[in-house]
Amino acid sequence: MSKFSGTTGTLRFTESTDLSIPTLSILDSEGELRKDAKLPAIDKETALKIYRDMTYIRVLDERMLAAQRQGRLSFYLTCTGEEAAVVGSIAGFTDRDMVMAQYREQAALRYRGFTSEQFMNQLLSNDLDLGKGRQMPVHYGSRALNYMTISSTLATQIPQAAGYAYGQKLSGNDACTVCYFGDGAASEGDFHAGLNMAAVLNCPVVFVVRNNGYAISTPSSEQFAGDGIAPRGIGYGIKTIRVDGNDILAVYAAGVEARKLAIDSSGPVMIETMSYRLGAHSTSDDPTSYRNAEEEQLWAEKDPILRMRKWLLGKSWWSDQQDHQLITNYKKEILDALKAQEKRPSPSLNGLITDVYQTPPQHLRQQYAELQQHIDKYPDHYLANPDKANGTYPSASVQLP
Amino acid sequence: MAQINLLQAVNSALDTAMDTDDRVICLGEDIGKFGGVFRATSDLQDKYGKARCFNTPITEQGIVGFSIGLAAQGSVPVAEIQFADYIFPAFDQIVNEAAKFRYRSGDQFNCGGLTIRAPYGGGISGGLYHSQSPEAYFCHTPGLKVVIPSTAYQAKGLLLAAIRDPDPVIFFEPKAIYRAEVGEVPETDYVLPLGVAEVTSKGSDITLVGWGAQMHQLHRAAKMAAKDGISCEVIDLRTLLPWDVDTVAQSVEKTGRLIISHEAPRTGGFAGEVSATIQECCFLSLEAPILRITGMDTPFPLVFEKEYMPDYLKVYEAIKTSVNF
Repeated sequence: MSKFSGTTGTLRFTESTDLSIPTLSILDSEGELRKDAKLPAIDKETALKIYRDMTYIRVLDERMLAAQRQGRLSFYLTCTGEEAAVVGSIAGFTDRDMVMAQYREQAALRYRGFTSEQFMNQLLSNDLDLGKGRQMPVHYGSRALNYMTISSTLATQIPQAAGYAYGQKLSGNDACTVCYFGDGAASEGDFHAGLNMAAVLNCPVVFVVRNNGYAISTPSSEQFAGDGIAPRGIGYGIKTIRVDGNDILAVYAAGVEARKLAIDSSGPVMIETMSYRLGAHSTSDDPTSYRNAEEEQLWAEKDPILRMRKWLLGKSWWSDQQDHQLITNYKKEILDALKAQEKRPSPSLNGLITDVYQTPPQHLRQQYAELQQHIDKYPDHYLANPDKANGTYPSASVQLP
Repeated sequence: MAQINLLQAVNSALDTAMDTDDRVICLGEDIGKFGGVFRATSDLQDKYGKARCFNTPITEQGIVGFSIGLAAQGSVPVAEIQFADYIFPAFDQIVNEAAKFRYRSGDQFNCGGLTIRAPYGGGISGGLYHSQSPEAYFCHTPGLKVVIPSTAYQAKGLLLAAIRDPDPVIFFEPKAIYRAEVGEVPETDYVLPLGVAEVTSKGSDITLVGWGAQMHQLHRAAKMAAKDGISCEVIDLRTLLPWDVDTVAQSVEKTGRLIISHEAPRTGGFAGEVSATIQECCFLSLEAPILRITGMDTPFPLVFEKEYMPDYLKVYEAIKTSVNF
């Protein structure tokens, strides 16, 4: 039986405000250390990698948003404003740890080593896309980088992450799972199912909730009535911390400690990062219809990249000159990759039926054969996406492996 | 060979699976020390430990989501959903996640180790929430396999095959005949192929197709018809997705007549799929319209269960209708 908190003769209802969950803050808005805060152990190399990857993602998001507006991509989704929440947390983990993300954590994938070419291959659904052109842009995944392929369905990865972590624990391989999701996803049933199972079954998983103020157009005030998401973690018996998501050092410190706790205590941990989605939900969204410019401006001034830059400059680990050069280089690298990878052909047609099952069963082979016969009659109509590399059309008669 | 019932055969399959592969994990509501509400997992926790056979909170979406994660990590989870009627909170995890896991990742990740077991079907006075046959919903989902045994021998061989299959499998167990269905089952390890039907009775005049508990109704009807001089060929599909079209088509080309029977409601039921496919490939061999003997398009009743069920008498009448067409 669980332990309850004793008895009382006083009739009093506990209110949500009785539970106080302060926000960990280490760097102030000027990039100075708070006097009461302890600087986490972080070397220059790690700090600069974090900064470079945050900057890379900012540039990537800007370029890809523009590319989508130009019609070169069908869809895009930025993580602008939340770079520190994601890079700071993932930096606390090892490459052996599995990442099970939502869809706004491309910065974690970059931190693991995803290249510009790999980003472009997925965004453009070309023949080198690891997902074989099957999912909309930004649905990344990489077995090599222990980054589970994400899906559009919200919160489904949460109970899965608990199960993955349980398997890691059974395997005894000193690894855990880090699971990202947004505050909106925390309204889904899978959030509650996953947290409860993780806690009851002692799974070494770290849940990182990005509380960014909005779920598409719905503000937090219309998403939940309590004090954010953190109290729910505590309610499920999970060690929980809330951090300033725009403060790279606070997020990093929490990430490092959360991983240690998850492994050492063989149990779940939750981090709620308080931040703001500076961009739109996606390229299909227009925030001007539901929030005002003043609010956006207020948060733009709390830019996590700007804050970290001030700290790095203050430590003389970085210079304005280096910063300028870095951004220039990233812009060129990304645009070059876009130009090169958009010339690549589409994936092979047989990807329509492969991987539905490990081996295509008879009925799928038959449907594929029927489709091939039909396409051969109208190749111009169906295979309209030319093989841009050599000017030919992918053949309908591609055989199955 | 021991004579055991279908439920004991399920337990034997789980025991064999856990014994032969350390990665096999059983989880679900009440399946630990208690051994499950039907006792399908009896003694497994004692034998293999709490880490590999354990209770979960009451959350079907959690059980299936957790199991998908386990499978993706490399374990071989066998999740129990206490009744098939309660599988629907997990519908999203099954249909959008498990079924598409390999495909959407370009085969970088898969949850093929996953098996979901659920007792299904009527005949136990269970009313609308302990009697349903939801197989058709899952047969409409590419990426899943759907398997239903009708005998103890099948239950062990098919469940072992399901657990070892590289794709996620939903394994529905006909709970009405859990204890009534007794047969010889080897104590040794064996598998029966998925996607292959079994001709359980040879005949020449009409083909009867079914699965699960319905097989007993079909055989009983076939015996009645035999007294009228009608020879029925009875086929147990065993796997509904992917189903064995060739075995059914070959039979119908011979008999020219087909009846498909299931407990689930008729509209959108799997008999419709079998019927449509067979008329496409056997049109010129058909001597009569293909008939469906199914549950009604109503919720599953309580007091009128006997009237609702597609029993042997309804099948027998359909046989005569078809033969006399």
